Amino acid sequence: MDGHRRPLSHARLGRLATAAVPVAFLGVFFVWPLAAILRRSLVVDGRLDVPWSVLTSDTTREVAWFTVWQATVSTALTLVAGLPLAWALSRFRFRGRSVVEAVVLIPFVLPTVVVATAFVALLPDGVERSVWAILLAHVFFNVAIVVRVVGAFWAGLDRRLWDVAATLGASPTQRGMRLTLPLLAPALASAASIAFLFCFTSFGVIVVLGGPRYATFESEIYNQAVRSFDLRTAAVLGLLQLAAVAAAVLVSGRLERRLGGGRRRGREAPRPVGRQRIVVAAIVVTSVALLSVPLAALVVRSVQVGSGYGLDHYAALARETPALLVAPWHAILNSLLFATAATAIALAVGIPAAVAVTGGRRALDVLLMLPLGASAAMLGFGFLLAFADPPLDLRSSPAIVPVAQALVALPFVVRALVPALRAVDVRLREAATVLGATSTQVRREIELPLLARPLAVAAGLAFAVALGEFGATVFVVRADWPTVPVAIFRFLGRPGEDNVGAAMALCVVLMGLVAAVALVSERILVRGAAR
Amino acid sequence: MRAFCRLGLGAVAVVAAALAAGCGGGDGQPKDVVLVTHDSFAVSKAVRQSFERETGFTLRILQGGDANETLNKALLTAGDPQGDVIFGIDDSILSRALDADLLDEYRSPELSTLQPDFSSPDAHVTPVDHGEVCLNVDRAWFASHRVQPPASLADLVLARYRDLLVVENPATSSPGLAFLLATIATFGDRWETYWRGLRANGVRVVDGWEEAYTQQFSGAAGSPGKRPIVVSYASSPAAEVIFSSKPVATAPTAAVENGCYRQVEYAGILRGAHNEKGARALVDFMLSQRFQADVPGSMFVYPVREGVPLPKPFVRYAVVPEDPLELPAGEVDANRDRWVARWTDIVVR
Repeated sequence: MDGHRRPLSHARLGRLATAAVPVAFLGVFFVWPLAAILRRSLVVDGRLDVPWSVLTSDTTREVAWFTVWQATVSTALTLVAGLPLAWALSRFRFRGRSVVEAVVLIPFVLPTVVVATAFVALLPDGVERSVWAILLAHVFFNVAIVVRVVGAFWAGLDRRLWDVAATLGASPTQRGMRLTLPLLAPALASAASIAFLFCFTSFGVIVVLGGPRYATFESEIYNQAVRSFDLRTAAVLGLLQLAAVAAAVLVSGRLERRLGGGRRRGREAPRPVGRQRIVVAAIVVTSVALLSVPLAALVVRSVQVGSGYGLDHYAALARETPALLVAPWHAILNSLLFATAATAIALAVGIPAAVAVTGGRRALDVLLMLPLGASAAMLGFGFLLAFADPPLDLRSSPAIVPVAQALVALPFVVRALVPALRAVDVRLREAATVLGATSTQVRREIELPLLARPLAVAAGLAFAVALGEFGATVFVVRADWPTVPVAIFRFLGRPGEDNVGAAMALCVVLMGLVAAVALVSERILVRGAAR
Repeated sequence: MRAFCRLGLGAVAVVAAALAAGCGGGDGQPKDVVLVTHDSFAVSKAVRQSFERETGFTLRILQGGDANETLNKALLTAGDPQGDVIFGIDDSILSRALDADLLDEYRSPELSTLQPDFSSPDAHVTPVDHGEVCLNVDRAWFASHRVQPPASLADLVLARYRDLLVVENPATSSPGLAFLLATIATFGDRWETYWRGLRANGVRVVDGWEEAYTQQFSGAAGSPGKRPIVVSYASSPAAEVIFSSKPVATAPTAAVENGCYRQVEYAGILRGAHNEKGARALVDFMLSQRFQADVPGSMFVYPVREGVPLPKPFVRYAVVPEDPLELPAGEVDANRDRWVARWTDIVVR
């Protein structure tokens, strides 16, 4: 009896410890600052005083309706747009596949203000400031989530299931509806919930493409808190947004679990044959072309010098400018440094978190997603209040930047890992142990290869998110430590061709960095682990 | 999975290390002076270094959003401020800072060197620069379309300027608010009628100056914009020349001298500043000949000190409006919210 109990409690201790890391991290860097700003906003003379009338105002109703419907439609469109490409990239091997995967990731990390700007330049005058422009931009941004999250899962599904179904006489439609969709469901729910959250809390796109007519919760909270300094209204809206996000996460989590995980027995994908080649080529070429147009517009503007073309704006990145306190190239180094630290933090917190979530800690799952749903403005204000004094006198320290970025990157790490962790076949490990493998061997030979791809995806996403993060960074970054998105924003805020040109050049640099990171993380982690 | 757990637990050290790195920064010695300011603040490196050399303090700069947002952040942390000095409060929001008891009194000895317009401010603030919000026009567009550029605010409702104007939302933009105030100063009680006219004439409203000027205005270099009239600053044409990639003989844009609105920017010492001595030194320095001469080239605004020479492009391409519009700060403050709400009803809804 006694001998039986000891390993059990040992395992429980381990599980508790895995949950404790993310809980502590989120407790200090998310819950505490949020509590600080809510207290400042809603507690008057020691008494809670909530302006509930905000909830029933016409403005709130309009904002709520617009936020929900645009997020729903954007998510649906993103899934539709992303699935063909996820299929082509995860089920087949072809030359340039990793390049295509890198290209898909680029839009995701570009600061929203920049992409929205590219859309303004591209779209005809009538469409330019409409709901259509907003939806289109959301799809452009979030397609990477679908391709990455669904693709990573899809690649691990056993192809022989489809072969068997085909042999048994299932038509392509039947295979799609009764095999592919049910198997993919958890990954689809994962991707959809992230895309939904992103569209739900959209800010830059709404502000630039929607103009003053359209407002989401996020943009309205920003207006109330940062611009009008009406903290009471902002706090109520912020709580409403958090509640909505928590509900959405709960529903998607339930869906995901009900749908269960697929079997994973990853094999190297085959090359497309016959008609497949045409279909795969068509999907890849069309998707890449559509994603490239706004990116190309940025590249073109970065080399436009006067009425001709040249690399002057890139050369200018080495020179001092009144727009920044440091030469612009410092921003590139800062970004790499911060993003590396943020990725390390996000993985350090995210891996135990993913293990804990897989082990059934549902409340943690919701808590982890909440930073995506919290208004960056409110959280930024919370940071200013909460981290003012020692021992956490962080509000003027550069160290707060990677922490803020990791907060935003964390959900991606967890979402990328959980479906894969769920799907690791317990019997594989048991079989290996029975055959005499040590725990180290099990880890190296079975778990790491199976989890290498999701881990690479997680690290790549975290790094990319950190590189492109703007909303939280701009609240905490010091002027002598600008990141690339912050530098872009400062340049865009000044008149003159040189400033716009430098902003565009930095956009292109950011695009290049992301693409390189995506390529490298893919190569090193996947190939290295397979060896 | 247990092995995998261990991988995760091992990584906890990374977080701990990151936190430790963050916590290590707190030191009590006021060697630094921290300036809290808006995104448009800039100072030449040499000027910044000369402050540090002369006073022995290190100047740290925190930038956060536009002037209004910077003030709001300071109000949020009033009494336990993020920095020692705040710079960039303009007249239209000044009273909010004064009412909230955000600032300590300080009268710089340098005040006597200022132009008479600026030399007697409220005891809590020190004027540092002034800038004028003016209409800017794309000269090439008007030349090629054989249309006279507008000469006054009243012209903008004429049919020949239909669909040509882009302005900033006064609810979200500082030049946008200044332009609204300019129309109120010009048309008095009839300002609402004027804006109905602008709306009927196809005015476009955008969120901020960046979008209006660099995206919608056709005259800015490299802009994809299609509208040749924008609300910007009197100094913007000079910026087009200074930041042009190729030397140009004439500015591609021009400011309309009529109907400009003056904004004065102030600095103040934040109540509860950690380094009060450094704060005073910084405020004094901002009025010094050296800093004042740097102000046009760095921030595209004008010095308040008497007898500070302007850089050449400013003399040639930027106008200093003779008689800019101004409204009494008290009147602006009492009516600002109501005016902006009315404006929103008339123009956006």
